[in-house]
Formats: sequence, C-alpha cells, structure tokens
Amino acid sequence: MRRWLSVWLCLIVLACQAELEPPEDPRTELSELRSGFTFLNRETQSLQQDEFANPGYLWVDQGEALFETPPPTGPSCVTCHDTKLVGVATQFPKFHATEGKLFNLESQINYCRTERQSLPALPYESTDLLSLTAFVATQSNGSPVTPLSRPEHDAAYQTGKRYFYTRRGQFNLSCAQCHNQNWGSRLRGDTLSQGHGNGFPAYRLEWESLGSLQRRLRDCDRGVRAEPLDYGDETYLALEYYLARRAAGLEIESPAIRR
Amino acid sequence: MARIRLAVPAQAKAGDQIEIKALIQHKMESGYRYDARGKRIERDIIVRFECRYQGAVVFAADFGPGIAANPFLSFFVTATQSGPLEFIWTDQQGETWQEHKMLNVT
Repeated sequence: MRRWLSVWLCLIVLACQAELEPPEDPRTELSELRSGFTFLNRETQSLQQDEFANPGYLWVDQGEALFETPPPTGPSCVTCHDTKLVGVATQFPKFHATEGKLFNLESQINYCRTERQSLPALPYESTDLLSLTAFVATQSNGSPVTPLSRPEHDAAYQTGKRYFYTRRGQFNLSCAQCHNQNWGSRLRGDTLSQGHGNGFPAYRLEWESLGSLQRRLRDCDRGVRAEPLDYGDETYLALEYYLARRAAGLEIESPAIRR
Repeated sequence: MARIRLAVPAQAKAGDQIEIKALIQHKMESGYRYDARGKRIERDIIVRFECRYQGAVVFAADFGPGIAANPFLSFFVTATQSGPLEFIWTDQQGETWQEHKMLNVT
C-alpha cells in the first residue's frame, strides 16, 4: 500500500513538472503552423480576402489618411516614413533601445506622436490608434512574422512564455491547454485556433469592430474567468512578443476577419 | 464622418450585368442592448440605402435593427449608358451620407 502511494506521488510530481517546464522552442508543441484564417468557414474567408467587403479596410482607409495628413503641431507620418513602413510590422513587438522597453506597434505609433509630432498619445481601441495600427500592419501583408531574437528580448520571451503556460481564472486554464494541446477541437460552437496574432488588428464578428491583439488577449483572459490585465501592461506586451516568436513564419494578414 | 468603400467597375459594355459593392462604417446600434449600468442604449441605425443610376433608383434597401454594424451590400446593375452611380445612406434622424462613381459604358 505504502509502495503504491509513493509511486502515485512520483507520478503526480512528474505531471506537475511537465506542466511547469514548457518546451524551449515555442513551436515544438504545434505539429504545423496554421493561421486563424484556416479555421474560418469559406464565407468568412472570402469576406477577409475581398478588400471591398472586409469592413476592416474602413479603418485602413482612415489610417492612411491620418498617416498622410500633417497635424498642426508637426510633420505627417509620411514625411519621415516615405516608404510607408512596408514590412516593418513583421518585427513587432521589439525592444526600443532609447526607452529601454518592449514596444508593440501601438507603443511605437504613440512614441512617434508624442516625440515627433507633439501630439497626445492615443488610448488603446480608439478609432485613430486602431486605424493607424491597421494601416501600418497592412503594409506588411503577405510577409512572414519575423520577430528579432536578440538577448535584450530574452526577459520578455520568458515572461510571455510563463504567462502562456500558467493556468488562471475560475476555469483554471492556460493558453497552452487550448491553443497548443487542443487546437482543431470544438469548444462549444467554435473550433479552437492555434491562437496566433498575425491577423491583428482584426475585425472580430463578435465585436462588430476592429480590435487590437491586446483586446483579444483580454477577451481570452475573461473567457477563462480570469481578471484581464490593463491595456498596454508589460506582461501583455511580453506575451505579444512570445506569440510573435511562436507564430514566426506565418504571413501577416491584417485586417483579418475573426469570429 | 462615416467612411465608405465602393467597388464599381471602371468600364462596362452596354447590356453587361455589373456587380457593385457598397460598404459603410456605422455602428447600427439595435436599441435592444443595455450598458454596464443597465441603461438601455438608444437605437441608432441606418434605415435606407439607395443606388441611383443616371438619376433613377436602380436598387434600394430598407434596414432594420437586426442588420449588423458596418453594413455591406453587393448587388447587380445592368449597364446601359455612361453616367454617374450615386450611393445614398440615410439614418433614422434623416442624416445622409453620399458618394458617387462614374461608370463608362462602351
């Protein structure tokens, strides 16, 4: 009896360890990389691919106008970025040397606004910030996600990975349990995707609006009945970076349509 | 200012059935939802869409509160002669948004 007890204890300890020590390469648990696009039905896919049916392009149009119009306080975005930032979004989030912290596209846009254009920073999910982010992201459509993996990104990588593998909320679920171990399975009326951010900012049918990746992360946290972090929280930024490493190679497809 | 996206072919042959796509940015608030404080959110919807070809209505739609935000319409028009296509959306307060495209018929 006592021997069996110790065997069980060993097994439990092993099981816990397996959960505490996620794999070093973020993609070892995904047998193949699949964009959220491949989990949509055909009608929703064609909605995404048609630039005149995809409502996300309403925001892209507005972003382009904002990008080219000089504000009264400083130069327009296009004055400095005459290449219209083609391909730039593939590397975000990335470490900003001057500020000494991780920047996603939203932080970079707000940095340009406050430092170069003497404009106030825009809050997350404001129409202008979503529009600018969507416009910049769209400039990289078709290019693979290629986050930098320099040493200064290590801390963010570890923080993001820890968040991804930590069980949380009343449902006691980690991101990995749905998006690594059960993608492709049904969860209520929906098919679980692999949880990549390559389509964001994306138009979610549930939101009836464009939304940032951070809004999506907050919805995921709320979905497992955990308290979501604040917009722009450093842990969410780190998670965005980890997700980019995990999605490396997938093509950017903003503004994607997601359920 | 509501943003509008229109897809109209630049050229068409007389007698061609051409596909037109019209998308407008609008929240289409149904009036059936309640905010976090339990207060009803007022209805705010587009109620009418019209497409005019050389001044005559060739396609129209009446919208109700069940139509999703950012309504998208796709429809077919028979090209007859060159002229403007006008697109007009009207909301419940009577505010309108308009745009037009020239269609060249050969």
